[in-house]
Amino acid sequence: MSDMNTAMVEKYRNSFLSEVEANVEEGEWVKMCMQCGVCSGSCPFGPYWDHPPQELFMMIRAGKREAVLSSESMWMCTSCYNCIARCPRGLPITHIMHGLAHYAKRLGLAPKNQQTMKFASIFWDNLTKKGRVNELQLGLKLYFMNGFVEGIKTALCMKEMGMSMLMTKRMSPMEYFGGHSIKDTKGLHAILKKAREIEEAKAKQF
Amino acid sequence: MAKKEYSFYPGCSSQKAASASNYQTSVNSMCDVLDVQLNEIPDWNCCAASIGYAGGGELPRLAMSARNMALSEQAHPDQDIVATCAACWLATKETQERLHNDGGLMEETNKALAEGGLTVKADQNIRHMVEVLIEDFGYDALGKHVTRPLEGIKIAGYVGCQTNRPFGIDGESFENPKYLDKLVETLGADPVNNYDRKVSCCGGALAFSEPEKSQALIKDIIEAAYDGGADMIVTPCPVCQLNVEAYQGQINKKYNTKFDIPVVYYSTLMSVAYGKSYKESGLDGQMIKAKQLDAIAKK
Repeated sequence: MSDMNTAMVEKYRNSFLSEVEANVEEGEWVKMCMQCGVCSGSCPFGPYWDHPPQELFMMIRAGKREAVLSSESMWMCTSCYNCIARCPRGLPITHIMHGLAHYAKRLGLAPKNQQTMKFASIFWDNLTKKGRVNELQLGLKLYFMNGFVEGIKTALCMKEMGMSMLMTKRMSPMEYFGGHSIKDTKGLHAILKKAREIEEAKAKQF
Repeated sequence: MAKKEYSFYPGCSSQKAASASNYQTSVNSMCDVLDVQLNEIPDWNCCAASIGYAGGGELPRLAMSARNMALSEQAHPDQDIVATCAACWLATKETQERLHNDGGLMEETNKALAEGGLTVKADQNIRHMVEVLIEDFGYDALGKHVTRPLEGIKIAGYVGCQTNRPFGIDGESFENPKYLDKLVETLGADPVNNYDRKVSCCGGALAFSEPEKSQALIKDIIEAAYDGGADMIVTPCPVCQLNVEAYQGQINKKYNTKFDIPVVYYSTLMSVAYGKSYKESGLDGQMIKAKQLDAIAKK
């Protein structure tokens, strides 16, 4: 368990809802859910959620901290925004799911082998390094994110698609050696560092 | 008509030899005919897309889009920001909304931006290219440039998610937006009516991390297009385009289907109908060749 997790358990002993409101992106909306379930019915990955969004919201109110934060559920969000478009109460459900997933990861409570978590983390590291996504390096890293043997299997499975992309000039092997970048990476990194600092300082205030 | 100028945010996938470089090619050709000048935001960065959430917290993600807006304000203060990618458009628009409506975020974001010598007001309009076409031109004006009508081609208008929700195009519904169908008609082709996967999700970025679940969604999107008698699918989104085109081989193996349907951008259709060549229309970027369009473009 991470230090941050221990600190948060100590601080919010009796109210997981308050913890979510203070620390999760758009978390202050959770209490507005009226349990109609339209979000769950509208989700393209609906059948794969252990706990669909409205259930997560009720679990948060019921203080089921461990069960919520260690769940695979919110990692099933495809960011299609169907739930947001249809929620009669206007909850930004997509963002709350992203927020819960991010918070669970920061606390070290997200399932260790969660595939979307791995992918999303690799994606963020890839894009922040040079300010722009390097699709080739992103792809290669993805293939091998579950180890070498799995990587070879994935690469073989994706071989035809990769070849088509090369043939149509929608992928370039040259991207492996550097590739697209913004000019002011130094400035961008300074901005991101500051943004992180501000966010962390805020989390400590609550 | 006078030349129209916009502050352009192309996005990562549109770059040279990237997955939607063919989109950019056709957008350039389309804009050439429409006398639109796209002024690229200098040194723009990635928007972090939706899937950036695991690594980046709220403020770092907003800072990414805020930096783009700040650079746009400096370089092209009097122009609307226009994006061609659904995710770029959405992330930038969402950032603008949050900066203006969530107490304190504007100040915090500017504190972060100051480290890079920038400051943001976030008051430029942020628009999708489709909005520019519909609102600044309109179907009639767009139709006037058609020199080679796409006669006899039936096209399923696949709008997808992020160009449609949560913002969408003004005057269109979330459940059944009609603009792609109207555009298809404007170009002389036939839209698939009642295409019931029009606003369904292709899995987005989860096509990588949850391939089986996503491919099941993609299969339904393609099947519904075939059911409507479509020769091809048209979309405004680079992720939709890639997912629906590129995975057909894998889906065929898994489900024993025989999918072989081209997936093109609205700008591909427009470039061809506007008389642009095979290459200028980005048709060489099709992994599944759009043979009917090839034939018209090579005429």
